[in-house]
Amino acid sequence: MSDRITAADVAKVARLARLDLSPQEIERMTAQLDGMLEHFADVDALDLADVAPMTQPFPLVNVFRADVVQPGLDRDEVLAAAPAAQDGRFRVPPTGGVEG
Amino acid sequence: MSEYDGLPGDWELVVGLEVHVELATATKLFSASPNRFGDEPNTNIDPVTLGLPGALPVLNEHAVELAMRVGLALNCTVQPSTFHRKNYFYPDMPKAYQVTQYDQPLNVDGHLDLPNGVRIGIERAHMEEDAGKSTHVGGTGGRVHGANHSLIDLNRAGVPLVEIVSRPDIRSADDARAYVSELRAILVVIGASDAKMEEGSMRVDANVSVRKPGTPLGTRCEIKNVNSVRSVGRAIEYEARRQIDLIESGDAVRQQTRHWDETDGRTHTLRTKEDADDYRYFLEPDLVPLAPSAEWIERVRAALPMLPAARRTRLSAATGQAADSEAVGSVVERGQDDYVLTVAAAGGDAARALVHVKEAFADQSATPQVPAADLAQLTTLELGGKLTATQAKAVLAEIVAHNGGDANVIAAAKGFEAMDTSSLEALVDDAIAADPDAWQKFCNGDGKAMGALVGLVMKSSKGKADGKLVTALLNQKKR
Repeated sequence: MSDRITAADVAKVARLARLDLSPQEIERMTAQLDGMLEHFADVDALDLADVAPMTQPFPLVNVFRADVVQPGLDRDEVLAAAPAAQDGRFRVPPTGGVEG
Repeated sequence: MSEYDGLPGDWELVVGLEVHVELATATKLFSASPNRFGDEPNTNIDPVTLGLPGALPVLNEHAVELAMRVGLALNCTVQPSTFHRKNYFYPDMPKAYQVTQYDQPLNVDGHLDLPNGVRIGIERAHMEEDAGKSTHVGGTGGRVHGANHSLIDLNRAGVPLVEIVSRPDIRSADDARAYVSELRAILVVIGASDAKMEEGSMRVDANVSVRKPGTPLGTRCEIKNVNSVRSVGRAIEYEARRQIDLIESGDAVRQQTRHWDETDGRTHTLRTKEDADDYRYFLEPDLVPLAPSAEWIERVRAALPMLPAARRTRLSAATGQAADSEAVGSVVERGQDDYVLTVAAAGGDAARALVHVKEAFADQSATPQVPAADLAQLTTLELGGKLTATQAKAVLAEIVAHNGGDANVIAAAKGFEAMDTSSLEALVDDAIAADPDAWQKFCNGDGKAMGALVGLVMKSSKGKADGKLVTALLNQKKR
């Protein structure tokens, strides 16, 4: 097993992504993710001191939209696609909590 | 003058504020649905807002311009920026991430000077999108705790925000309040936001810690849900005292997010900071970098209107009132300082005009209906001794009620005529003769007795006497 990624890392990322992985799955994912990171290690091996970091593959900046209203989606149609709705709103299970 | 109690002992308060403001655009940050408060729930939604598969964000140019205005008004450097995804699961943000400027914010390293001269550093003012609105059903008081379910309105999701992060330079509840109030005034003047705390278009989170002077920063707690300028100071002071009590009883402050409850005046634990803060930021692949040109930045800077601090200095110079006085502060806040200056330019007395505008124009807009010349005339009559302060007030009330009027005509109609000092002196002498007992008490320093004598003069002059002048004459005669 490599030191690039551990089963604990995978378990944590899975928890943050709300994925319920079995120990077997965690083991398998750890190996797979480690394999992917190995490819990046190839990039790490290059001397890139003179290369500017690239945030985007496109040579573009400042792509804008004018501040003009366009028609959106119909509420009833959208809410009909949701698991539950009430009073024109999406109805969801309770979230988070104030402890007191 | 503080309405807060301050901290016990030699504890020092350390506060940094994070202020979210909704920008006054027509549309959302990355989509063309309206940015409008108070509409029917979920009527301003589109594929980008809903995070539907394949929907792509496109940046609103006007939002960028307003964000630059905010940065430049706060003396920030405007720099090239990128957008990141901040990943978290919460139903008010259906795509499961918020797009925000992370390690390259648009505006950095600015400052805001409070009216009392204290300078508060601005670390950054970055752009991001707002989340939707959750209404918690069941439980108590609409809070999350104990709720059975939540109802989600996504009209606000994707509305453009600027988050203004101060440095931890604030040392008192009063300064925190002054910071929020000054920031609000700036945002309104530059047209970046309506900055209404009661409608949530301006929201304040406070990072509060306490320490002994000269020691390192203490553990901080973040206070959320502070909904008015006044509660900013209250929440901070409550939280500081809570932390001091913990430390003094041998406990430690735990780093937490706490919720300010306006009704019980306390903060409550919202969540303990653990891996909830692990947002796994990464560059938003659907957006290209933002790099405003120097020319664009200078154009925005040049178009900034005069800011509140400069307006206060200008009004102070014209009226002789201190720049941090209540009169100058509130008139500038209402945007009526130009009007006071117009009254002065029309031949009126600036200092009297300031007092009248402050007292009688609170309900009026930045451009009151009353012609400046009418107010100018009133101040001239007052200054020339033709009207007492009390009479001037009565005439002004008429002028305001009719959106204008000739002060001479109104004063005459009310039977106001100035008294000369000699006839007034005779009335003062009469009053002393009429109530020698009160006069004796007054000479022995009884303030109430003076009121009785002034009252007598007012009665005999049928209210025309200038109260200040009567007091001055009484004091003169005492010697």
